Amino acid sequence: MQISPLKQTLPSAETPLVTVEDLRVRFRSRDFNVPVVNGVSFSLGKGEVLCLLGESGSGKSVTMRALMRLFPSTAVVSGKINVDGHDILGLSRSKLRAIRGAVVSMIFQEPMTSLDPVFTIGSQIAESVMFHEGASRRQAELRALELLELVQVPSAKRRLIAYPHELSGGLRQRAMIALALACRPKLLLADEPTTALDATVQIQILLLLRELQHELGMATIFVTHDLGVACEVADRVAVMYAGRFVEQGSITQVMDNPSHPYTQGLLRSTVHEGVRGVRLETIPGSPPDLAELPAGCSFAPRCGFVRPDCTMAVPHDATVGQGHSARCVLVG
Amino acid sequence: MNATTGNTEADRKAGLEQPILAAENLKKYFPLGGSFFRSQTAYVKGVDDVSFDVRKGETLGIVGESGCGKSTTARVLIRLLTPDSGVVRINGKVVGAPDGISVRDMRRRVQMVFQDSYASLNPRLTIEDSVTFGLRANGVPKKAALEKAHEILGLVGLEPDLFAQRYSHEISGGQRQRVNIARALALSPEVVILDEAVSALDKSVEAQVLNLLQDLKQSLDLTYVFISHDLNVVQYVSDRVMVMYLGKSIEIGPVEDIYARPLHPYTRGLLASRLPMDPRRRVQSAPVTGDPPNPVNPPSGCRFRTRCAWAEHVCAQREPQLTEARGAHRVACHAHIPGSGHSGPAKWEGVDAD
Amino acid sequence: MNTPTSTQAAASGSDIPRARISRSFWHSVARRLSRDPVTIACTTVLLVIALVAVFAPVIAPYDPYKTSILVRLAPMGHPDHLLGTDELGRDLLTRLIYGARTSLFMGFAPILLATLIGGTLGIVAGYAGGATNMIIMRTIDVFYAFPSVLLAVAISGVLGAGIFNSLVSLTLVFIPSLARVGESVTTQVRNQDFVVAARATGASDWQIIRGHVLSNVVGPVMIYASSLVSVAIVLASGLSFLGLGIVPPEAEWGSMLSTLRPAIYIAPMNAILPGIMIFVTSMCANLISDGLRTAMDVKV
Repeated sequence: MQISPLKQTLPSAETPLVTVEDLRVRFRSRDFNVPVVNGVSFSLGKGEVLCLLGESGSGKSVTMRALMRLFPSTAVVSGKINVDGHDILGLSRSKLRAIRGAVVSMIFQEPMTSLDPVFTIGSQIAESVMFHEGASRRQAELRALELLELVQVPSAKRRLIAYPHELSGGLRQRAMIALALACRPKLLLADEPTTALDATVQIQILLLLRELQHELGMATIFVTHDLGVACEVADRVAVMYAGRFVEQGSITQVMDNPSHPYTQGLLRSTVHEGVRGVRLETIPGSPPDLAELPAGCSFAPRCGFVRPDCTMAVPHDATVGQGHSARCVLVG
Repeated sequence: MNATTGNTEADRKAGLEQPILAAENLKKYFPLGGSFFRSQTAYVKGVDDVSFDVRKGETLGIVGESGCGKSTTARVLIRLLTPDSGVVRINGKVVGAPDGISVRDMRRRVQMVFQDSYASLNPRLTIEDSVTFGLRANGVPKKAALEKAHEILGLVGLEPDLFAQRYSHEISGGQRQRVNIARALALSPEVVILDEAVSALDKSVEAQVLNLLQDLKQSLDLTYVFISHDLNVVQYVSDRVMVMYLGKSIEIGPVEDIYARPLHPYTRGLLASRLPMDPRRRVQSAPVTGDPPNPVNPPSGCRFRTRCAWAEHVCAQREPQLTEARGAHRVACHAHIPGSGHSGPAKWEGVDAD
Repeated sequence: MNTPTSTQAAASGSDIPRARISRSFWHSVARRLSRDPVTIACTTVLLVIALVAVFAPVIAPYDPYKTSILVRLAPMGHPDHLLGTDELGRDLLTRLIYGARTSLFMGFAPILLATLIGGTLGIVAGYAGGATNMIIMRTIDVFYAFPSVLLAVAISGVLGAGIFNSLVSLTLVFIPSLARVGESVTTQVRNQDFVVAARATGASDWQIIRGHVLSNVVGPVMIYASSLVSVAIVLASGLSFLGLGIVPPEAEWGSMLSTLRPAIYIAPMNAILPGIMIFVTSMCANLISDGLRTAMDVKV
C-alpha cells in the first residue's frame, strides 16, 4: 500500500477480462425514446480499476450495469459485452443468474437496496455462498464470518446475527461489500458506494475497497461523480458525457493533463481548498437533453473552444499520449 | 437561558452589533416509539443546547455529518419545528413571544432553500406559480406578484419568457434549484437558510449556483446560514463556521481559523477526511475510525470521546462547554479548556503546517 | 437531482428531459387518454348509453309501464318488439332504455357524493394528522370492517327501498375507502418538501391545501373513484335484485334481472339482456379507470 498501485496502462498481452464493443443503450417507452449510451467501447485487464466519471445522465451507471445485464424493461441494447469469456448480452437467464454474484458482483450506493431487511447479515452471505459454490450451510456460515472479518467489521461474530437495520451506515456498507465478495468475483462493479456516506466514513470505505481490491486482485469498475474519489481508487478513468467516453487514460494522465474541454471544465469548477474569495470558474449551460442531442460533439454547445467542425460529426477518439485519448477536434 | 449567554446578549445589545439572527440554547428532542401510551423514555437529541448568532451580511456555515442536527437546527430556526426549549431572536426580538415577533412575520424575513430541488417544487404548478405562491399567500395581488416573480426569475438567471410557464420536470436540476432560490427570495427576506442547497447538484452546476448565491448576497444585501456536509464548499462560502456533532455545537469561529487551526479533534479529523484530489498523494489511513454513534444513546460526557484519540477520564465524566480559545474561536473540548483535568491536546501535524 | 439518485432515475427514465413544449399534468393526461383506443371505445359506449338514457322519452318506442297480457315474453326479433317483451308484456328495449337512467345514476351519483365527502374527510385527516386524523380514521375503520355488500344491504334494509335510500346507502358504503385513499395520499404529499417550503412562506393551511395539496391528491383519488363506478353499478343492481333498491314497476337493470329470473328457462335471451347491459357498462367503467390510471402514471 505504500506506493499506490498506479499500474501500467499498457494493453497487456494477456486477454482482457472485460471487453465492451460499441455498447448502445436507449430507453424507449410510450413517452420517451432517449439514447443514454451512445457507443462505448473499452477493455479492462484482470485486477485493473476503471473509474467511470460523469455527472447525472452521463450514462455511467447504465454502462456499468450493462456488464451484469441489469437494465430497466424499457431498454433497447446493442453491442457486444464479454466478461471472462461469457457473452453477457447473449446469455440465457439461468446462466446469467449463475454469473451474477459469482463472476461479476455489485455494490450499491444505498446498502439497504441490496440487503434483504428480513434476513440476518450472516444468513444472507451464507445463502449466496451456498447458491454459487454449493457449500454446506456450516461451511457457508464459516465463510460468512471470514468475510465480515475481511471487511473489518468489529466483533464480526456478533454482527453475523444482526439485521441490516441494526447496523450503522458504515457497517452496512461493509456488510454489503462482504456479500458482494462472498463468491470471489473476478469483476466488482461499484455504483457510487461512498456517495451517501459521511466524510469520515467515506474515507474508511475507500481505503477498505482499495485494500481488498489489492489483496483479492479483482478487476473493478467504479462509478462516481467525485474526482476526489476517482483519485483515491482508480488506475484508469473514463470521463463520460452524454453517453460517450469523452476522455480516457490513467488517473495521473487525466488529472495532470486533462485534454477534453469538459474534463478541464470539471476540474476547474470543482470547489477545493484555496479557491476562497475567487469567483468559481464554471461550465456554462446545463447538461444536455439526451432526447435532443446536438449533432456532432455533445459538449459543443457548452464549450469555449467550439469550432465549426465540432458540430459536423462526433469527433473520433484521438490519442493524447500512450493509453490516453480524448474525443475532441482540438486533440491530435 | 443560562447566565452567560444572557450577559453576552445584553453586552451585544448595548453595543452596535446586534445579530440579525440569534439562537439561544435551542433544544429539539424527538421522542421515540409509542405516542399513544406515552410510555417512551428514549429521545433522539436532535439539537441539544445549541447557541450561535449570525450578523448582518455574513455567511455562517454549519458543517457536520448526517444526524449531527444541522438540518434540524435549520428547521427550528424557521419554526418548521417548534423548539423544546430555547429561543430564536430576529434583530433581538424573540420569535413567537408576545412582545417579540410573530412566526408569520419572521417567515417573511427568514427563508429557506432545501436540498432536493425536485421534491421542493410542486410538480403540478408552473414555475411562475411556485414563485408567486408565497407572495399571494401573504396578500400580494396577483399582478404585482407576477411582476415580482418575473423580476426575481430574471435575477436568478432564468429568462421569464422561457421559463415562467414551464413545469419543474421540464427543466434541469440546476435550473430547478434556481427556481427554489427565486421562491425563497420572492418575499424579500433578510436571511436565507440554505440547507444542503448545492449538495445534490452536479459539480459543473454547483459552481454556477455558488456564484449565483454570492452575487445575490451582494446585490440584495442578504445574510446566509449555509448548511452543508461538503467542507470545501463551506470553506468557500462562509465567513464563520460552526461544527456540529451529535446535536452539539462543538466548535465555532472564523472560517480561516477553523480551517487552518482546527482545535477540536473531530474538526481535525473531519478536515483531514477531505480527499486530496491527487492520485500521487492518496490517503493512507483514516483520520477518524468508526461510525458516528447512535444519537438515541449518545456517549456520556463528550459525545465524541468514543472515536477520539485524546479521550481521557474526564471526557466521560463531564460534558465540555463551548469555551473561548482564541478570540472569537470557541471550542467544546476538555483538552483545550485549562483546568478541566485533561492533560492537553496531542501534537498534531495537520492543517497547522500551512 | 444528484448523481447518486441519477442512476436509478436514469434507469427509470425520469430524469430525462422531455417535451420542449410546456404541458400541465392534466394536459398530458388528456393527451395520453385521447391516444388510448380502449379508453376511447369504452368512453364512446358509455356516452352512447348515457345519451340514450337522457333522451329516453324521445327514443324509446313504447311506454315503459304499458303492460300487455297478449305479448308476454315475446322473443327477440318480434315484429313489434325488437328485443322482445318481459313477463308482463312490457317492451324490453324501452325498459332497458329507461333502466339505463336509474342504473347509470346509481353507478355515478353515489361515487360522486362519496368522493366529495370521503375525499374531504381524507384530506382533512391527512393534512391535520394527530388527534383529528385518529378520530376520523378510526371512525371510518368501523365502517371498513364490514364487507361493502353486507353494509349496503344492512343500510338499505334499515332505510327501506327506493332510489333515494339506495343512493344514501351506497354513498355511505363508498365513503370509507375513498377517505382512506385521500388520507394516505395527503399524508404523503404533506411531507413533501414543497409543502414544507410553502409552510415556510407563512401560507395558511387552507392556502396550502388549495394551492399544493389538492392538485396532487385529486389524481389518485379520481383513479380510485373511477374504479368504484362499476362496483356501484353492480351493487345498485344487486340491491334492486334483492328488492332493496328500486321499487317495481320502475325500470332498473338489476330489478329487471330479478323479475325476469323465473323466465330464464322459457325465454333465456330476454332474461339475460339486463345482465348484459350491467356487464357492458361496468366493464367499460373499469376499462376507463384502468386507462386513467395508466395515463396518470407518469413521473412528472
